[in-house]
Amino acid sequence: MIFKGKIWKFGDNIDTDAIIPARYLNTSDPRELAKHCMEDADPAFVTKMKPGDIIVGGENFGCGSSREHAPIAIKAAGISCIVAKSFARIFYRNAFNMGLPIFESRELFDAIAEGREITLDSIRGIITVGDADQKFPISPIPPFMEQLIADGGLMKHIAKK
Amino acid sequence: MGNTITEKILMAHTDLKGIAPGQLINAHVDIALGNDITAPIAISEFRAAGGKKVFDKDKVALVLDHFTPNKDINSAQQCKMVREFAMEHGVTHFFEGGQVGVEHALLPEKGIVLPGDLVIGADSHTCTYGALGAFATGVGSTDLAAAMLTGELWFKVPPSIKFVIYGKLSKWVSGKDLILNIIGRIGVDGALYQAIEFTGETISSLPMADRLSMANMAIEAGAKNGIFAPDAITKEYVKPRAKRPYKFYASDTDAVYADVIEIDASKLEPQVAFPHLPSNVKGVSQAGNVKIDQSLIGSCTNGRIEDLRIAAQILKNRKAAPGVRLIVVPATPFIYKQAMQEGLLEIFMDAEAVISPPSCGACLGGHLGILAEGEKSVATTNRNFVGRMGHPKSEVYLASPAVAAASAVLGRIASPEEL
Repeated sequence: MIFKGKIWKFGDNIDTDAIIPARYLNTSDPRELAKHCMEDADPAFVTKMKPGDIIVGGENFGCGSSREHAPIAIKAAGISCIVAKSFARIFYRNAFNMGLPIFESRELFDAIAEGREITLDSIRGIITVGDADQKFPISPIPPFMEQLIADGGLMKHIAKK
Repeated sequence: MGNTITEKILMAHTDLKGIAPGQLINAHVDIALGNDITAPIAISEFRAAGGKKVFDKDKVALVLDHFTPNKDINSAQQCKMVREFAMEHGVTHFFEGGQVGVEHALLPEKGIVLPGDLVIGADSHTCTYGALGAFATGVGSTDLAAAMLTGELWFKVPPSIKFVIYGKLSKWVSGKDLILNIIGRIGVDGALYQAIEFTGETISSLPMADRLSMANMAIEAGAKNGIFAPDAITKEYVKPRAKRPYKFYASDTDAVYADVIEIDASKLEPQVAFPHLPSNVKGVSQAGNVKIDQSLIGSCTNGRIEDLRIAAQILKNRKAAPGVRLIVVPATPFIYKQAMQEGLLEIFMDAEAVISPPSCGACLGGHLGILAEGEKSVATTNRNFVGRMGHPKSEVYLASPAVAAASAVLGRIASPEEL
């Protein structure tokens, strides 16, 4: 798949309370959750971002709670994918299980400024910045996770089996 | 080559003859847990996949503990959805109302989770049960849906980090201080994707309540699970509670570890994690003059009877400082009753504490103890992220019940030694 969008940078250890604060967890309606996406990291985020945009994070993105409301809020807000240096374990599982594309790149975060446009080619495993002036590899996705994505998430993967 | 306790428990839940870190496995689940926040999404997924029946009504636990007693209409709707599902499927371990307690205090107390089990829960602090010598890990709602449907889940076998902890703990130093110190050393992603195994002479004599506090916060170092080899202390805790067979596992002497870290615990003082990361840890003597507006004693980390006894020991014949809201949350109805019978509730009331019903509400900024802009709370909980307990400009300082009680009396973050 090809993802093309403007990037929004967040630093290390972006926790699930910052992605979707617990005060909004009295619903699991994606449209409601999307209104508060990243609110405690950047209160103006949902007014600035546009569908298709990409979040670029540092180390341990999505640490903290197991709430699947976090990847749901990000996906429902229209973010096309996340690229981070590393992901917290449960967030990583949740994203693949529910179908939010996420990728690991050690280099991208430190190399580019917020607001740049990138193109991510998940088949070729390459991120291109702007008009191809910079290229970064993305870490290969483990074959099992590729299968999960191809099947459309965990529940559809199970149904197929 | 030998295996760790984590590898052995995982292997015992598959048909495999051997197992190694990095391997992807499908394993049987002994208990699958959800709460009023995470179960609704799992139930929707379960139904969307055409689920007609949970795989085993005795192996699903649904605990309405987060936004209960229902904090608003939406929360009540979420609870209603889970309750109806539990009734429809005859889920044995369904808890609400006067039976409900904070899930990670309740399930061990009731003997629902046992040594050697493989437990998954749609709650990140499911890792608490590692204290009993179980493999227990937090997952998301879709994982819970899959486990409720099939009784199985995929796992990647984690490498293990071994902590060898030695030395006698000083007065007022607890398992909470040990785990805060460990997170301070290795960072919030120091054990990312890995298992943490707690060993050493300090651990051998550490009471179960302290072990539960430590395993509880393994996730705060990014770990998949935290685990203790079961021993005589485990046996004493489990024997009167268990209603089904269980098994003790131990790591082989030639088990392979990703890292081995030794800690001399004899030099440790009570620890405090400053905002806004659980790894931002200092000794309480280095805290400086941090005035507090609230002290919260409770949660799945430190809401057990042993925690309340320590707090009561400090609060006896004392009062919360003017301007400090002291909130005590017995984690389960049984603990609440014990605290009542032991006269602890009277001590708390005389100290002008608010005694909350068992609930996760205050810890995660849901209800029953929210902070306003600029307010600071010392809390015996497990997370101090931005906005965790209320306003994004409020602050949470994580500490033991002893430090939280002393701080309530003195109105600033303080050691019980200062009283």
